[in-house]
Amino acid sequence: MGLDLRFPIGLLMGIIGLLMTGYGLTSGEEVYKRSLGINVNLVWGSVLLVFGLVMLYASRRSF
Amino acid sequence: MFRIELSLIDYTILVLYLCFVVGIGVALKRYMRTSTDFFLSGRSIPSWITGLAFLSANLGAQEVMGMAASGAKYGIATSHFYWVGAIPAMVFVGVFMMPFYYGSRARSVPEYLKLRFDEKTRGFNAITFAVMTVFSSGISLYAMGILLGVLLGWDFNASIFLSAVIVLCYIFLGGLTSAIYNEVLQFFLIVAGFLPLVFLGLRDIGGWEQLSARLQQVSTSQGFAANAFTSSWQPLTSTASNPMGIEWFSMVMGLGFVLSFGYWCTDFLVVQRAMAANSMAAAQRTPLIAAMPKMLFPFLVILPGMLAIALHGSQGANGFQFPTKPDGSLNFDMTIPLMLGHYFPPGMMGLGLTALLASFMSGMAGNVTAFNTVWTYDIYQSYIRKNGSDAHYLWMGRMATVFGILASVAAAYLAAHFNNIMDFLQLVFAFVNAPLFATFLLGMFWKRSTGHGAFFGLLMGTVAAALHHGLTIPKGAMAGIKGGWMGSMTTYPSEMAQNFWTAIWAWTTCFLVTIAVSLITTPRAESELRGLVYSLTDKPAEEHIPWYQRPAPLGVGILVLVALLNIIFL
Repeated sequence: MGLDLRFPIGLLMGIIGLLMTGYGLTSGEEVYKRSLGINVNLVWGSVLLVFGLVMLYASRRSF
Repeated sequence: MFRIELSLIDYTILVLYLCFVVGIGVALKRYMRTSTDFFLSGRSIPSWITGLAFLSANLGAQEVMGMAASGAKYGIATSHFYWVGAIPAMVFVGVFMMPFYYGSRARSVPEYLKLRFDEKTRGFNAITFAVMTVFSSGISLYAMGILLGVLLGWDFNASIFLSAVIVLCYIFLGGLTSAIYNEVLQFFLIVAGFLPLVFLGLRDIGGWEQLSARLQQVSTSQGFAANAFTSSWQPLTSTASNPMGIEWFSMVMGLGFVLSFGYWCTDFLVVQRAMAANSMAAAQRTPLIAAMPKMLFPFLVILPGMLAIALHGSQGANGFQFPTKPDGSLNFDMTIPLMLGHYFPPGMMGLGLTALLASFMSGMAGNVTAFNTVWTYDIYQSYIRKNGSDAHYLWMGRMATVFGILASVAAAYLAAHFNNIMDFLQLVFAFVNAPLFATFLLGMFWKRSTGHGAFFGLLMGTVAAALHHGLTIPKGAMAGIKGGWMGSMTTYPSEMAQNFWTAIWAWTTCFLVTIAVSLITTPRAESELRGLVYSLTDKPAEEHIPWYQRPAPLGVGILVLVALLNIIFL
């Protein structure tokens, strides 16, 4: 139906991943006490960023 | 009550998601040229999208939060809703039933009933379904308003109107395609938002071995055998040996056969997603593709509840406690929000809450798209204006969307002010739904079944459900909405056991009455039933499809995997 769904999925996940990674790089350690000391924003944000980029690449091929 | 404080990054993620949701509707508006585009996506969607939407349309917040609460209350036995309930039914609808839904070119499930049986059977199903979807959507909206008020301090009215307007925008503009696309987006968000929760919970407790050890303590402290929370089948030997209060027969027949097949095989809300697929093969693959992630969902939505009950009472800086109800029992309803607040820092919290909001909106949008189709095709076009132009029905679909949203908002306020009325309505809907699968089973696989048989079977099945409910009561309940309003012939150990047996009685009555009435009434000519009944329909051509993409091998593979999961957690 005209719109390749991988494009909005990749874009949304990529932007959320970028936001979380950026926040993870700039926020202090005390923020992560409740997540057992793991910087989940940095770890999970970078996973989402890579996932978003892969989806965007896949949609570019279909375009 | 605990409160979650959102920071700027959390609000940014939330607003970003809402912009994308509406943006998809705007992007799809120009493709909505005909009523088929609006109601059935022009039957042009590839199966990976319809498959994930088939799964996601059922992934409302009541499902996500309810399953986590059940995980805390019942342990791994909650997985029966997936591994005995949903998966076999999804395989059945994909392999055996989809050729009739898709091949008959019916535009809705009630329309299939009209083609196979008669107008009165369609009317009964269409009207009850339309009313039910509006109330379900309203209950979803009400639950979201309450949750956002408790968690974030947001105003109930503002929460309801904001989400209603957003869902209205994207369905009004992009129809079913917009709902399906957003459901897939919501699927990825829900996985992204809840997967880290499971990881952090498991890491906190010390891994699977430690979780099992803690759950054994929980189980024995409640008076059950040590494996009642960690084994899904062994504790079902009697109703007293598991926290669900059920035994294996009522679980397999009531949940696994009647209720699950009734929902996944006949509910237009999910079947509509498969009907939007771009070919017969894609329509058949839709529920099979959905079944693959679905069988792993217990680890995403039930496991957080099991982790929460295992962590309950832990002390120290990271101590975890369930709140209690006024009667002193633990309140499991807020398991997921509690876990989000316990483990997620700013940023991750925004993603988790957005996932929760997405699940509320997908539940609501699924109901509204099913409502606008059934209203326009099965009620308006059938009884009010039969010969309108296609453009007129497209306009009516959009108006039905507006009406569906407004009625959902009204139902949400009804739930807020008259909670007992909503409980009563849900009970009536359960009576109507319980016998449905018997009607479809006989309609699709017995060419002798007639319209009179189907209609009176449905009617008597509904009456049987009401009678069974009125004459039985769960242990410890007061007579009334929980049953026993006609006297008490049987006391069940739990409400769940009563529900399963109500479904079994309703289905059996419908099945037998349909057969009996069909045998004394005239069946339709066989020439009218081609494409509608199994024995009179050519099997879909599959020569051009690789063997591993054909429905039957896919279905067998899925059943083998789900059998393995049942054995692992025996």
